[in-house]
Amino acid sequence: MKTSLPLRVAKFVVYAIILLIFVGPFWSIVMTAISGVSLKPGQLALLPQSPTFDNFKVAFLDMRVWRYLLNSMVVVSFGTIAQVVVSALAAYALARKKFRGAAIVSLLILSTLMLPEEVIAIPLYLVTIKQLPVIDTSIYNTYFAMILPVVGWAFSIFMLTEFMRAVPKELEEAARIDGANDWQVFGHVILPLIRPALGTVLIFGFIMIWDQYLLPLVVINDRDLETLPVALASLRSDPSITPNIIVAATLIAMAPSVIVYLLLQKHFNRGLMAGAVKG
Amino acid sequence: MSDAKVEDPRANAQGRTPKRRRLSRKFGRSLVPWLYLLPALVIFSWFKFYPMVLGFVMSFYDIQFYAPSEWVGLANFSRAFHDTQLMVAIGHTALYVIAETFGAAIVAFFLAFALEGQARHIRFIRTAIFLPAITSVAIIAEIWRIFFNSAQYGLVNSFLDLLGIPAQGFLTDPDQALWVLILMSIWKNAPYNMVIFLAGLVSINRELYDAADVDGASLWRKIWHVTLPGIVPAISVVIMLSFIRGFRVFTEVYATTGGGPAGSTSTIMTHIYKVGFEQIDYGYASAVSFMLLAFTVALTLLHTKIKSKFFG
Repeated sequence: MKTSLPLRVAKFVVYAIILLIFVGPFWSIVMTAISGVSLKPGQLALLPQSPTFDNFKVAFLDMRVWRYLLNSMVVVSFGTIAQVVVSALAAYALARKKFRGAAIVSLLILSTLMLPEEVIAIPLYLVTIKQLPVIDTSIYNTYFAMILPVVGWAFSIFMLTEFMRAVPKELEEAARIDGANDWQVFGHVILPLIRPALGTVLIFGFIMIWDQYLLPLVVINDRDLETLPVALASLRSDPSITPNIIVAATLIAMAPSVIVYLLLQKHFNRGLMAGAVKG
Repeated sequence: MSDAKVEDPRANAQGRTPKRRRLSRKFGRSLVPWLYLLPALVIFSWFKFYPMVLGFVMSFYDIQFYAPSEWVGLANFSRAFHDTQLMVAIGHTALYVIAETFGAAIVAFFLAFALEGQARHIRFIRTAIFLPAITSVAIIAEIWRIFFNSAQYGLVNSFLDLLGIPAQGFLTDPDQALWVLILMSIWKNAPYNMVIFLAGLVSINRELYDAADVDGASLWRKIWHVTLPGIVPAISVVIMLSFIRGFRVFTEVYATTGGGPAGSTSTIMTHIYKVGFEQIDYGYASAVSFMLLAFTVALTLLHTKIKSKFFG
């Protein structure tokens, strides 16, 4: 079907407006970050003026963005991996085992989906300050305080449970007849079959942890341990820093989630649907 | 799943299963699921269940640092109803939630309508406009602070200048700040909603459009009578999720205005933060937190109920 010229022009205009609104702002951020002319607070460049990468250098080294980026990276990488491992183990028990108490456990875990983390911010802060039960140490002001609370996420347990349930019973039975033990069934049959779901859980875990703001805000009291999103606000309050450098720091902070999104986009859309339909 | 059935052939093949071993194996097998669950249960107990119980208990106390905490019964809860600052914050939160929810849903609907299809350039645009959705709230907040700078040369003010509109205060103007935040959230959340709507659009039976064409229906009537009813489930999901998430809005506000100027953007969560971490009144802050939790749970249950009505 050939569309008429006016319709094509109209479509083009609509696309242009959509891009201008949703992507245009990022354009001006990039242009400002690579401009060598220093701007007044709140001023942005629309075209690069004497292009340079100095702003990134100043932000990264002089403003110590490298340190905050490192903190964020430590938290997000350990946090995401631990979250996926813990969730996959729990999901395996919930999806493929029959045992007394299964219903109560999954109900308890599911109920935390309704619990906004913000609501328990104060007790969580007190929990990290006080000696944790069993291990008798305080994790306040350590990486652990930012990592451990985000390791338990009902969404990823729930998601993996659903996918593991869908693995045909016959595959597991065949492996068992071949002499596979429980652990081997988990590692060699179930996990490889739900790899797409693992990808989805990985990217959602990554973005969820990268997005954490209140948690690092309340459990960290040492500038050297601040994550990038929290540190950006303190950078901004320094009057000697020009907008060029702040936006350069902002771009550095954006990069990891954009890269992860572009790499795992396929998984992302599927997770979005699952999250929307299930809860 | 059915472990017993699976294990049997192997046991027979080995041809030996003394009674005691079978018993201990049975016990061992019932323990296995708990071993897989152990890490999750430990983490959830420490950082979800225990804090939740602690918060609940604290809400009945006047927590003091250098004196024993004092049981005050429901005083913290009744205090909330006389807290004018909280009432103002609830008002802001309600306005934020309603405007953001419907704004983002309407924008997302138009986005989905304009960007439906599998053509390469459309897929590219869809990917590109997802940028706000995957960027951290705190980072978006930094970006918006710069765009909506109140100076004459601020980006948005420069555009307004082109249109002959004088420079606005935006985040520094108590009358505008909340609306700028609402606009920011719409901008961030609309692409998210778009993806959900797109899935709804795909699920609409193509034959309905053909039938409408045969009947000579206009584009507008097709949208109203075919498209909209087809994505009602998607719309209900988007609206309810946005409501549930919106009531606990914190980072969006804290990282841009901190609740100011002159308290004009305070929300329930920024109020709780102020009471808890600045005035160190844990008891009262916990009580308000729990009221927010109860409200959120009620909304979630309502959502589940509505959903089961639509999805059967």
